[in-house]
Amino acid sequence: MSDAILKINDLKVNYGGIEAVKGISFDVPEGEIITLIGANGAGKSSTLRAIAGLVKPAGGSIVFNGEDLTGKDPTTIVTRGITLVPEGRKIFPDLTVLENLKIGAYLRNDDLEEDLKWVYDLFPRLKERSWQEGGTLSGGEQQMLAVGRALMSRPKVIMMDEPSLGLAPIVVRGIFDIIKEINKQGVTVLLIEQNANMALKTAHSGYVLETGRITMSGPGAELLTNEQVKAAYLGA
Amino acid sequence: MNNTMQNTKVLKTPDEIAKRQGLWIGIVCLVALYAVLFALDNFMKPSKTTLMLIPVLKKGAIYSLLCVSMNLLNGFTGLFSLGQAGFMLIGAYAYSIFSIPAEQHASVYQYFDGGAIQFSIPQIFSNALGVNAGSFLGAIVCIIIAGLVAAVFAALIGIPVLRLKSDYLAIATLGFAEIIRAIFQWNGLGRITNGSNLLRKYTAFSDMKIQIGEISYKIGTIFPFLIAMICIIIIILLINSSYGRAFKAIRDDEVAAEAMGINLFKHKMLAFVISSFFAGVGGALLAMFQTTVQASAFMSAMTYEILLIVVIGGIGSVSGSCIAAFLYIACSEWWLRFLDSGSVGNVQVSFFRDGFRKVVFSVVIMIIVLFFSRGIMGNKELSFSGLIRKINKRKAAKLAAAEAGGTAK
Repeated sequence: MSDAILKINDLKVNYGGIEAVKGISFDVPEGEIITLIGANGAGKSSTLRAIAGLVKPAGGSIVFNGEDLTGKDPTTIVTRGITLVPEGRKIFPDLTVLENLKIGAYLRNDDLEEDLKWVYDLFPRLKERSWQEGGTLSGGEQQMLAVGRALMSRPKVIMMDEPSLGLAPIVVRGIFDIIKEINKQGVTVLLIEQNANMALKTAHSGYVLETGRITMSGPGAELLTNEQVKAAYLGA
Repeated sequence: MNNTMQNTKVLKTPDEIAKRQGLWIGIVCLVALYAVLFALDNFMKPSKTTLMLIPVLKKGAIYSLLCVSMNLLNGFTGLFSLGQAGFMLIGAYAYSIFSIPAEQHASVYQYFDGGAIQFSIPQIFSNALGVNAGSFLGAIVCIIIAGLVAAVFAALIGIPVLRLKSDYLAIATLGFAEIIRAIFQWNGLGRITNGSNLLRKYTAFSDMKIQIGEISYKIGTIFPFLIAMICIIIIILLINSSYGRAFKAIRDDEVAAEAMGINLFKHKMLAFVISSFFAGVGGALLAMFQTTVQASAFMSAMTYEILLIVVIGGIGSVSGSCIAAFLYIACSEWWLRFLDSGSVGNVQVSFFRDGFRKVVFSVVIMIIVLFFSRGIMGNKELSFSGLIRKINKRKAAKLAAAEAGGTAK
């Protein structure tokens, strides 16, 4: 695909002597939702962490909008327009909701009013609680805050690490609706999930990761009906 | 007057009004405080019971600054550093070295041929501006130099040390403070630091005077309050800025902060250098308070004392640190003195002898830590605008209750 905004080529990530990601390649086309699914330890999080600059890749390249971002620091990567919603939400518990959102826009110097309004429109619940400390929110609200905080950096690509982790099914559905809504408004989404069912239903296309390698790929709906995927991840 | 108040009320939200009112009350209180300090300095005849009042006020102001600067690092940025005494030492030495009068060098540096530095900044200013203004401005310049020298040391130490986390950072900074203490006592640097001998005869609080007409008034107590207040206001402004928000984000969750694009090392370094600058300033003030400086006095116990005050006041609360600093200093230097004196009123008590004060003090601290596990203030701040907002809320609640009661009837 020529219109890919983010191109990952032969990416490798090592922790000490352990190869967590063993050379994976995939493209993220602009304006789509792409999902990486896989079991624990398949290398999903490591891939996102490498793209976000939190770990230095051992090999391969990450090209964003034609610019090589391999091994750049997180500050540069966020400035270019890739923001990560970390696994387990990781909101700032002692900062208020508003302060959390402002931290998301830390690298920007322009006016935040419009973006705050955008985030508050997406998550009216956050507006009600804007003076509450992050740590006092419920799990679902914290996930909303984590997504809202990432959106405050006005990303072109938002990467989400298991947004459904530890949330009730009804809350998960709400989160996935929001993901679709964000995508409709023009933000490209790279999503990793263990909840393969929801992820594949939401995504335009998906990749299946197993022990650091991509074993399958295709449109979300197609993977959803694939026998192997069904057996391994959908419990059918 | 009433009319203008009405107008502003129409234009602004209650929160903004509360903020403005709080600011004005604060300013009025500060002016009153300085008036009281001025009166104490010039017109109070110290009796036996109030003898300690002025020293306690001075030291309390200095310790407030030291505690707030430590709180900036430990409470707001989440860096557990124990290097405070080291930076205070650097500040105290930098201050006194540059403010010893030129003609006193021979006697102060008697074992080191009069020392290497042969000028005195307060004297340079005094020659140009007269003694009072000269000592005042010269002292301020020396205090700024003290802060800057401490900050430069912090920047150098920070490069290796800030890559460490939690306990390891604490151990490394503690080690640094001890090494600094040893280096400053080394005879090889004697021409600058006077080795293990005292530095003395430099500009102290007692040299702070203003001339009004014929009479000169002492401002020796106002001076530390003024410097500490300016520094603490700067720290508060920093904490409430976007940098402060980034510091708090790093404290709450480093990984998330990094994922938001905050450069961890740069911001930790910034907090470390700024905190050390103000520790240096505090050290300089302490030197002025003590009138003599000796490296051997800046032991790690001093750091623990400050850490203790920060914990008692509340980690992450500036006002908590200030309140706790004054209470701590007053208790340790003044209010509990009678426990060492051997008698209560006219009754002789056999175990009231030297050192018993410390025993009681330790018990008091244990009780505070047990019952106020988050310190006096927790991570809240005491502010006049906050109080006004609370009063407004209570009033509104009362009104609402009264109205509800009225309609029910």
